[in-house]
Amino acid sequence: MNIIVAGDGKVGSALVRQLSSDEYNITLIDSNPRVLENTIEQYDVMAVTGNCATMDVLSEAGVEDADLLIAATSEDEINLLCCFTAHGMNPKIKTIARVRNPEYHEQTHKMKDSFGLSFMVNPDFQAAVEIERMLKFPVSLKREYLSNGHFEIIELKIDEKSSLKDVQLKDLNNVIKCSVLVCIVMRDGKAIAPMGDFTIRTGDRVYVTAPIESLSTLLTNLNMVTYKVRRVVVCGGNRISYYLAKRLQKTGVSVEIIEKDYDRCLLLANDLPEASIIHGDAGSQTLWRSEKIDQCDALITMTGLDELNIIISLYGTSNHVPQVITSIGHMFNSNIVNDLELGSVISPKELCSSQIVSYVRAMRNQTGAALSVHPFADSHAEALEFRVDETTMYCGQALKDISLKKGILIAGIKHAVLKQGISTEIPNGNSSFHPGDILIVVVSGNQEIYQLNEIFVS
Amino acid sequence: MNYRMMGKFIYQILVIEWIFMIPALLISFYYHETHAVHGYLLSLAIIAGIILLLYLMCKDAPSGFYAKDGLTCVGISWIVMGLLGCLPFYFSGEIPAFIDAFFEIVSGFTTTGSSIVPEVEKLSMGILYWRSFSHWVGGMGVLVFLLAIASVDKRSSGYTMHLLRAESPGPDVGKLVPKMRRTASILYKIYIVITLLNIIFLLIGHMPLFEAVCTAFGTAGTGGFGVKNDSIAGYSPYLQNVCTIFMLLFGVNFSCYYLLLIKQFKNVFKDEELRLYIGIVIASIGLIVWNLRGFYGSMEETVRHAAFQVSSIITTTGFASTDFDLWPGFSKSILLCLMLVGACAGSTGGGFKVGRLLFLLKNLRRNILQVIHPRKVQVVRNNNRVVREKVLDNVNAYLAAYVMIIFISFIIISIDGFSITTNISAVFACFNNIGPGFEAVGPTCNFASYGVLSKLVLILDMLAGRLEIFPILVLFSRNTWTRA
Repeated sequence: MNIIVAGDGKVGSALVRQLSSDEYNITLIDSNPRVLENTIEQYDVMAVTGNCATMDVLSEAGVEDADLLIAATSEDEINLLCCFTAHGMNPKIKTIARVRNPEYHEQTHKMKDSFGLSFMVNPDFQAAVEIERMLKFPVSLKREYLSNGHFEIIELKIDEKSSLKDVQLKDLNNVIKCSVLVCIVMRDGKAIAPMGDFTIRTGDRVYVTAPIESLSTLLTNLNMVTYKVRRVVVCGGNRISYYLAKRLQKTGVSVEIIEKDYDRCLLLANDLPEASIIHGDAGSQTLWRSEKIDQCDALITMTGLDELNIIISLYGTSNHVPQVITSIGHMFNSNIVNDLELGSVISPKELCSSQIVSYVRAMRNQTGAALSVHPFADSHAEALEFRVDETTMYCGQALKDISLKKGILIAGIKHAVLKQGISTEIPNGNSSFHPGDILIVVVSGNQEIYQLNEIFVS
Repeated sequence: MNYRMMGKFIYQILVIEWIFMIPALLISFYYHETHAVHGYLLSLAIIAGIILLLYLMCKDAPSGFYAKDGLTCVGISWIVMGLLGCLPFYFSGEIPAFIDAFFEIVSGFTTTGSSIVPEVEKLSMGILYWRSFSHWVGGMGVLVFLLAIASVDKRSSGYTMHLLRAESPGPDVGKLVPKMRRTASILYKIYIVITLLNIIFLLIGHMPLFEAVCTAFGTAGTGGFGVKNDSIAGYSPYLQNVCTIFMLLFGVNFSCYYLLLIKQFKNVFKDEELRLYIGIVIASIGLIVWNLRGFYGSMEETVRHAAFQVSSIITTTGFASTDFDLWPGFSKSILLCLMLVGACAGSTGGGFKVGRLLFLLKNLRRNILQVIHPRKVQVVRNNNRVVREKVLDNVNAYLAAYVMIIFISFIIISIDGFSITTNISAVFACFNNIGPGFEAVGPTCNFASYGVLSKLVLILDMLAGRLEIFPILVLFSRNTWTRA
């Protein structure tokens, strides 16, 4: 599949990293040759220098033979123009535009129809939705939602106080008294696919899949307190804050936004009548105290500076703010960041590129392809969602009789037909799947799975 | 420095060399050449042993490969390839001195064509085949071949760019298509097709099959090893003309052929480097024909030899259709200048490259204009596209390294007491991968009379010339070998 990625910024390079494999021929366009130089030394892609919205540059990048164009420059207008131009030159091409401006975001659907845009991504809006989801269960967990929220992958950080410390995996379900499945354990920066005699240690990050219904049971049994969020402090008044405040207002949560730029504050105050907008430097300790940051229910740091976000979040966690969410642009998934007490960490750019990658994967194979792909555990593993159909092998057989490839795990089954009154199941040896069911498959290591039948040992 | 990764590369390259050596063994079998068969069997066994050793040591090398590793890896693998590739010459006893055998095979792999063998026709068929085949595989590059066939894991896929850059000649190496593997295989496919065409045209002119294959290998790699003592001089005018045309074809940037394949004819004809290359060739032929008037019997003969020699020298092949050492001084001077120019970037030819010359001239023009209009802001353009300053800097640095290496080599080999013309043309001929020089190393003579030190220097010159200096130069930097 031939893909053109326009814009070698943070989203662009994250996309290249996730997509550069044998299956995709990627051509990267950027106006800055120095950035491109850097990327082609790391990945097997071709680079074209120039303005991605011009016909010459697009044709040099091979738009006539391309299957997909992803416009991810920092400018909305260029992204849209780039997609329209490409669509004009090759009507068969699929186009994805990254659009951040709320004004354009609201007219998404109309633009899709009239301009032949296949898909629009808005990293800011998506980050806001993600943060809102995190706030529903106010504990410091990293979570991935699968199968429209029926399953989740939860990251449990094991510290000194954790009741899971020194527990063997086969005893795990006795400790937490509900059914979860451990997929991957991250230890010292390495991903391990654990067996039953594996013992959890302090410092591990354990990834488990759980049906959404058992989440609150799980949290209670792990002594993680949950309660409703009433007051949220947001540091930084960017677009994510805007989308987030707008969504939270509807649910009756009080939002405080701290922003340094006065004009920006005025704008936000205009658009968000119910939020309180505070003009001040989010890095100042006096402000922290006067605004009683340590007494809020949730602290979200997303000033443009990673360093500042980290410092404010550290202040929050050391003052026992129940939930801290830190937005990181550059150092996402690095071991250094993971070792800090930052609460939950999100990266809008990574979210955006993951969303695009899921779209690309699904597009590559229309039939039998994964419905969605969710990288987790610092991208060492992926959770894929497949629909079982008549062509799937081993339908109706017990899982213990089926041999899967190494590093592959069926982590959840959502039954189409109710089975003993429940639809979601964490599988055990006696579970089976039938056409119409949805399977959650966890793949670790460097393998890539495109079709459900590829998971079985042939 | 990722030594184990490097070991992994080297054993993969040796596997390729090992496989390539098999046909040579079979040819020796076919002609019942017991010495050569013995030499090949022993060499194959030794190479297999080294492959096994390296495999056991380096099979699970950690990934991660950077520019420095890429350059060093290319430099070392070429030296190792030479050291092991010369074993058949040595063990078969046809080239008794090891340093001579080493010189001969490096001259082959680097597509130089300088020989230390006084009587080529006395060598056995199996040895002649391996000698000519080394040109063919060295012309496009054995690492490019590796890139075309080997799959690379996702996490370290970017390093292939370093390898392509280090082995492909030219100031600004890029890929033809997004995937390195496809780029490499397109290059090799074009290479194989033109080589086959060359063989067919030679066969039409009634050249025996074995000679046609060896001559085509020598032409394709722009190498210059012939199978006759008098190179191409003994063949018919038709065969000489076929060689002229194919030498010129192999001196063209291969991306031009790719553009032809994807039907972008306009871009090929507008290519400034190609135009300059053709211009230089035509102008040189014209001047030499004018200078040689009355030297040969007929006008046809004069044009044929002039065209042959100009193509042979500018593409750095080094075949000879006549003893050009007997030509008048003006013609010889033109040939000497052509030695320095070399073929197009991205071709199998060596030398300074027409592309670099073009950039240098454009940069010079810019600097002169800058003196006249100090406030003028200018960029250098090539094919209507801005050339990055970094590329221009690299060209300048390359020129500096180029001149420096010529000086140092010239001084060192002068110790052997040959004339200045001999020494300077020997350095030019080796460093630019041409083959024959003038006087004592002219087309009818050879390099055997140089001493061991001079031969070593010339071997390094050949490698430096083929790999565009830096992969060999980094081997001498202390920085390369310290833990970073």
